[in-house]
Amino acid sequence: MASSKLLSQPRWFRFLPRNLSNARLFSELASQPPVSEPQNNIESKSNNNFSSKASSTPSSLKEPELAKFSAIADTWWDYEGPFKPLHKMNPTRLAFIRSTLCRHFGKDPLSPRPFEGLRVIDVGCGGGILSEPLARMGATVTGIDAVEKNIKIARLHANLDPTTSTIEYCCTTAEKLVDEQRKFDAVISLEVIEHVANPAEFCKSLSSLIDHGGATVVSTINRSMRAYATAIVAAEYLLQWLPKGTHQWSSFLTPEELTMILKRASIDVKEMAGFVFNPISGRWSLSDDISVNFIAFGTKENESETV
Amino acid sequence: MNRIVARKFGPNVCRLRIPWRPFSTDVAAKSSTSNAGNPEQETEGEQYDVAIVGGGMVGLALACSLASRPLTKHLNIAIIDSNPALGRKHLIKKDDLPDPRVSTVTPATISFFRDIGAWQYVDKQRHAYFDKMQVWDYTGLGFTKYNARDANKEVLGCVVENKVLLSSLLSRVQDIDVQNKIYPSRLNSMSILPNSSSLEVDSTSSATSLFTHGRLAKLELEDGNSLYAKLVVGADGGKSRVRELAGFRTTGWNYSQNAIICTVEHAIENHCAWQRFLPAGPIALLPIGDKFSNIVWTMNPKESSEFKSMSEDDFLKAVNHALDYGYGPHPKSSVMGNAGIFSWLKGNITVSAKDCFEVPPKVVKLASERMAFPLSLRHANDYTSKRVVLIGDAAHTVHPLAGQGVNLGFGDASTLSNVISEGIAVGTDIGEVSLLKKYEADRKPANVMMMAVLDGFQKAYSVDFGPLNILRAAAFHGAQYISPLKTSIISYASGEQRLPLFS
Repeated sequence: MASSKLLSQPRWFRFLPRNLSNARLFSELASQPPVSEPQNNIESKSNNNFSSKASSTPSSLKEPELAKFSAIADTWWDYEGPFKPLHKMNPTRLAFIRSTLCRHFGKDPLSPRPFEGLRVIDVGCGGGILSEPLARMGATVTGIDAVEKNIKIARLHANLDPTTSTIEYCCTTAEKLVDEQRKFDAVISLEVIEHVANPAEFCKSLSSLIDHGGATVVSTINRSMRAYATAIVAAEYLLQWLPKGTHQWSSFLTPEELTMILKRASIDVKEMAGFVFNPISGRWSLSDDISVNFIAFGTKENESETV
Repeated sequence: MNRIVARKFGPNVCRLRIPWRPFSTDVAAKSSTSNAGNPEQETEGEQYDVAIVGGGMVGLALACSLASRPLTKHLNIAIIDSNPALGRKHLIKKDDLPDPRVSTVTPATISFFRDIGAWQYVDKQRHAYFDKMQVWDYTGLGFTKYNARDANKEVLGCVVENKVLLSSLLSRVQDIDVQNKIYPSRLNSMSILPNSSSLEVDSTSSATSLFTHGRLAKLELEDGNSLYAKLVVGADGGKSRVRELAGFRTTGWNYSQNAIICTVEHAIENHCAWQRFLPAGPIALLPIGDKFSNIVWTMNPKESSEFKSMSEDDFLKAVNHALDYGYGPHPKSSVMGNAGIFSWLKGNITVSAKDCFEVPPKVVKLASERMAFPLSLRHANDYTSKRVVLIGDAAHTVHPLAGQGVNLGFGDASTLSNVISEGIAVGTDIGEVSLLKKYEADRKPANVMMMAVLDGFQKAYSVDFGPLNILRAAAFHGAQYISPLKTSIISYASGEQRLPLFS
């Protein structure tokens, strides 16, 4: 059993953590206060890279960003912890991914495991809170993150459930996988691009990971005044849901900018939606309002396909 | 996929002898090393997606509902109930006398039953639709008649014996090819450990180790069997063992009232639901099909023992008295209402406002034994915690005033299966509290509201005090003559609307 799982993992990150100080990552949430919080996305995930000109140097990551996420990595699976807004937003993001990918790949939306047979990579997977649901939906998932602690936590957590223990987690960057010529049917990178040093290069890497006929889903925060007010002022300073400095407003992209840099990376954005938070119900939902958080689905323009 | 299956079942075979120590947090470490243990603990229980404790109407409705949704029909379900009737299939014959235990199901419940494919079985058995309802009180100051036409509906509800509802759901469960297993026993203990990551990465696929990591709940039954489930549903009624084991507190009180229920026969067919508020509590006469009606009569415990033991003739006399001139005059509101204080509000008067007060058909025969049971109100402060969720009476026991209890339970079952389906759509672990809280957030306000309304009614009528009587009468007049209010009340009572007033 165990061996079959290990076989599927590249050997370089098979570190079985022997003495993780944080063996208990999750608290029991029996008593949750019904607090509703505003949104913001936090997310984060760390990392990722970009490789500037000097390809294959891991130093191209934003070091302070990595340190930031490393510090709170233990709390990834605490539903009431710093990543609570992400957990709350997760079903909404997955609903968008489910519907766009089912349509694109012609999968049955009424199947409990519609992604059966699809190779999906979660770039900037953090503690695995997106990777695990994708695996339950049937996908063959690879989760990568530049923060090694995140990967350890993600792997420990995924191993608790047979349906998620098949996830391949690697502490690496999109660029390195491009160098290894890995290809995926769907490349997903949520709430990551605002944390990378060079979004244009990052998008090119994402594009290179997409196999023929594949698709990508990217989400981020808009560089709008409303986003500034909700994601930074409210979430980080007033409500302190997020550690201060989680987001830098100047590194946010507008939907137009994202569409443009994806286009330059040969990705055609086909669909875009916004997330809105209803503070009364405490739930997120998809909407046309892309002024704060938005998610985009795109397909790779592929000349060779038409030949 | 194949690999996952192999993983799930393979280790069960080879890892049978791992005893489990309750509530020790470092079980993971211990369990993989110690092999000793009681012999009866050596067999590892089967693993399910959902374990429903309580195979009553609400529990079976949840099983049917899960089995009929595309995203949840693959779920492996265990039903735990010691009721021997669950093992066999039996339709109730139409010529049996009606059982006094009946439910008034609302149009919302009927459409839920249709969705899950169970109404076709009810259709073949005895049930009685009614499209009119008359409510009045003993002071003679007011009455209200509801008619399905007022809310543009065909029926206000349907009275069905509980055993008919149960056997219909059971037939449905048996007829669809679902992965169900019924355990004919009672729940003894339930344990859920906190999530923990273990360093023993390779021990994760057996049920025992999933349990020690907090990924499965373990249930032990009185007959020595044990099983594991991702989600435990407490559908085990007002004295829920699941609720007790999960440590959910409840809020509630006992009314110092009992209800007497029985089946009676008329000389003519009855197609209307009747309810009259008497000084000690309401008496309801519900059509149950043919010339039979069901009586639910609320009174204080001392009276109830008298009424239960008196001769049949005396009892029938008392019933007819209570439904006619007993305790006070007939309302004469058609005169008062037309010219009264509400005339400026009338606008378009609903059709039945023109209907006059009627006297219910006389009861001529007792057709079942009389049963008495105490009334209480109880509400669980929480409906869910990790891997545990309560539905139906386990979450809320209400005053049976409007026959709403089981409808609230069916609403719970419908919502819970919907929430589970939504969770599966986005790849969520179905035992995760964050998912289950959605169910609680949806149902709690609806249930609390209905309980408050029913409790308020009960309280308003348990006091005989002049000014209050007039207020009540005014409320009746209001309900009778203000169309939007009346339509709202009907929609609310039909289970289709969440708030009782002007929404």
